[in-house]
Amino acid sequence: MDERDGFERRLREARTRQGLDKPTGNDRAGLPTGPWGIGFRAGVEVVSALVVGILIGYLLDRWLGTWPWLFLLFFLAGSAAGVLNVYRLFDPRRGRRS
Amino acid sequence: MAAEGKSIDALGQFELTPVLGAVGKAVGFSQSNLYMLLAVGLISALMIWGMGRRAVVPGRLQAMAESAYEFVQDMVAGQIGDEGRRFFPFVFSLFMFILFGNLLGLLPYAFTFTSHIAVTFALAVVVFILVTLVALAMHGMRFFTYFFPEGAPKALAPLIIPIELISYLSRPVSLSVRLFANMVAGHVMLKVFASFVVMIGSAAGLLGILGATLPLAVNVALIGFELLVAFLQAYVFAILTSIYLHDAVHLH
Repeated sequence: MDERDGFERRLREARTRQGLDKPTGNDRAGLPTGPWGIGFRAGVEVVSALVVGILIGYLLDRWLGTWPWLFLLFFLAGSAAGVLNVYRLFDPRRGRRS
Repeated sequence: MAAEGKSIDALGQFELTPVLGAVGKAVGFSQSNLYMLLAVGLISALMIWGMGRRAVVPGRLQAMAESAYEFVQDMVAGQIGDEGRRFFPFVFSLFMFILFGNLLGLLPYAFTFTSHIAVTFALAVVVFILVTLVALAMHGMRFFTYFFPEGAPKALAPLIIPIELISYLSRPVSLSVRLFANMVAGHVMLKVFASFVVMIGSAAGLLGILGATLPLAVNVALIGFELLVAFLQAYVFAILTSIYLHDAVHLH
């Protein structure tokens, strides 16, 4: 619908004046921000990176017969990736990498 | 049905049983598949029926269909940008499918197909493959610079690349586990408190009935909370898909 009298604009201005609209432009707006939401997300990120790292290490070891060295190596890499994931969760510089 | 004897059977609700008699048994058609078809049918009905009249002043169904459309439209446009419009059908289907799966599961006697890691992981893998293909198609070989930040010392490459690779591969895992864990936890809690209602209520006379109102009140609150979680998790899944698509489109 076209804005004949700028109603949408005036409504937006009024809402902003009353503080009803949160300022947009927020990066990952809408993702759970409560302590439980953040905590759960961080936990899931760490665990999933660890699981992927362990899985890669285990499968490579089984393939190459080098148990347990690659497993240990990828366990460490997985932990680092988990920390990296959590860091990105809180990294305000969106859009650069992630 | 809630409490058999003295034990609480909280996980029985996630068991798959074949439906549709002998045919269903032969092809392994479980109630999970049935509810998936039901969700797809309901979404189609909502969109087709709701938008059928194309009224300028929308009725209830049309308003619902339109607000769902606009909600996802805003999210996709806001997260991915204008190039993201072509991904709108994908994100919208994903969002509605998960949302209806979560909501249908809250109905009594219904089955929640999003409470199975097989289902959520399959959805997450579809997202993962799409994102990777989009990045490869749009940037070709430059996609692989994604795993090595510009300006980092070359000597650190053997350290950074595996870590970045694992971080990238962990996306479908965290995406699927988040949805699956939320749905399972919610339904287990509902079942446990529902079992308490039956166990305490069948205990002793008036005191038992009075005592049973406590877990019942908890369950009422939990249902409200689970409605929130159903929306939130569908939203989180969709918005993370959009964020990943944004990364695939813009790379750096």
